[in-house]
Amino acid sequence: MDGTNWNYSDKVKEHFFHPKNILDIDEKEYQADGVGYVGSPACGDMMKIFIKVRDDRIADMKWQTFGCASAIGSTSMLSVMVTRNGGMKLDDAWKITPEMIINELGGLPANKIHCSVLGDKALRQAIRDYLTKSGQEARIPKDDKSRVICNCLNITEDDIRMEVLEGVKDFNTLQERTKIGTVCGSCIDTAKTLVNFYVGKYYADEVYGGKEKKG
Amino acid sequence: MIYLDNSATTPLHPAVREKIIETLDLFGNPSSMHAPGRQVRALIEKSRREVADFFNCSPEEIIFTAGASEANNTILKSAISCCAFCNESRGHIITSNIEHPSVLNTLKCLEQQNVEVTRVKVNKGGIVDPAEVEAAIRPDTVLISVMYVNNEIGTIQPVEAIAALARKHGIPFHSDAVQAVGKIPIDLQKLPVDFLSMSGHKIYAPKGVGILFKRKGSKNICPLITGGHQERSLRAGTENTIGIIALGEAVRQAGLEMEENKKYIGALRDKLEKGIRKKLDHVVINGDPGKRIYNISNISFMNVEGESILLRLDMHGIAVSTGSACSTGSLEPSYVITALDVDPEIAHSSIRFSLGRETTEADIDATINAVYETVSFLRKMSPIR
Repeated sequence: MDGTNWNYSDKVKEHFFHPKNILDIDEKEYQADGVGYVGSPACGDMMKIFIKVRDDRIADMKWQTFGCASAIGSTSMLSVMVTRNGGMKLDDAWKITPEMIINELGGLPANKIHCSVLGDKALRQAIRDYLTKSGQEARIPKDDKSRVICNCLNITEDDIRMEVLEGVKDFNTLQERTKIGTVCGSCIDTAKTLVNFYVGKYYADEVYGGKEKKG
Repeated sequence: MIYLDNSATTPLHPAVREKIIETLDLFGNPSSMHAPGRQVRALIEKSRREVADFFNCSPEEIIFTAGASEANNTILKSAISCCAFCNESRGHIITSNIEHPSVLNTLKCLEQQNVEVTRVKVNKGGIVDPAEVEAAIRPDTVLISVMYVNNEIGTIQPVEAIAALARKHGIPFHSDAVQAVGKIPIDLQKLPVDFLSMSGHKIYAPKGVGILFKRKGSKNICPLITGGHQERSLRAGTENTIGIIALGEAVRQAGLEMEENKKYIGALRDKLEKGIRKKLDHVVINGDPGKRIYNISNISFMNVEGESILLRLDMHGIAVSTGSACSTGSLEPSYVITALDVDPEIAHSSIRFSLGRETTEADIDATINAVYETVSFLRKMSPIR
């Protein structure tokens, strides 16, 4: 069995079988400048990324995962992408998308793409953590609504905002439409708060909401 | 290659393989009156007698199908079809929440047609409580269907007790016995089931052939495939002659080997579990340990994800299966393991090892080592400690 019938590219297999940049020492010993953490074991996917920053570049990145082959392959690839050629600038690393990682990997089976979207999110969390810790909060993009609320289903704050704009007025409707919080459920409280926040923002005002009141 | 996925499918038994080769050129249509037809007819009826002998039933009670999924569909869909149960216009079916998809998804389809379904929940050990089945019975219950052995965790259901209580209430009882046949002796003179499904390729026969047992005097069934008079008009279409002949041989061999297989494979399964537990902490064996079929071991390796284990074992040349969501292409892990009322992590971390008659002691030794290496490697990169 040499795996020739898998739907994974050779590059994914290479990174899956020989993952690069795994954190294999104690977290404290590593002394990361920023740590990012997304997902939960209940969703079957969890990712933790540690970065070291020098001269505003990612000097080193290490990671750990509870995840499947494509999660492992794509995060290993990501770690290579951000650390090669002297390290990627933070601003550029912030903009890495799953598509960029998937392209570097030579593609992923369509039903496995959701497993590959945790790496870039965890990396942004790590950068956010570094910027916060180093007193550079001002550099965190102000309109950053890309914060993921439901890790299991990859639903961002902006997705929730858009749902509210499209007429969602309460959490139950949001859940019906997006299935948010139906896998591990850990995001439900945050999601409820956000729905209320955006409903308040858009519908409390007659200009936004017409005659309909929030409820 | 070390093949530990015998609950998914089995290799051909050497005797079955021989039989297939002998049969390959017998192309006659068993419905034909002439000699080539009669020759094949005789072999099919011989196969039917083998099966009937094996189950201690009458040959007329055996209907050959394309597999257990077809047999299950036939019985479940008969519950609402034109000719059979609906005469009494009752529409409630009782089943369990860990049945094979060929039962669960067929019932979902029937629910769209106004059939009501009660899915009795298994306990933490993965066992259906007959008392709960009985409590679910309603005046309009037309069928009870509970599997004999679960395909993912190997738990053996109290089918005798459920069959007996179904009979007491006058309700037809069906059991999907795919994972039990050839492993647990089934005497249909004693076991009061009305219908039973089985599959050839789980007992070392080829894919594409199975059996529906329909007890004489039980309620009529409505054929899923109508057409010619084959299988007493209960399953139209020219017979899968080679498959049926092969299945007869597989069943005969199962009868001969059943006791020995149980001892031999059971010992290897226990060795596997013992070896893994000795080398690794934080492993959970899924399913009531005292009520499992002897060839299945479903183990969760905490803090690591199932698909990763599967693929790395595959790299070692070891074939297993997993209940992790990633293997299904959905976000939901195995519904069977989830039904055990455990944390979802347990399902995401689960691996099913299913042994067969060709498994050797050396296979098990190599598997224990490969599992240890794989799980240790993946745990080192896990953020969960």
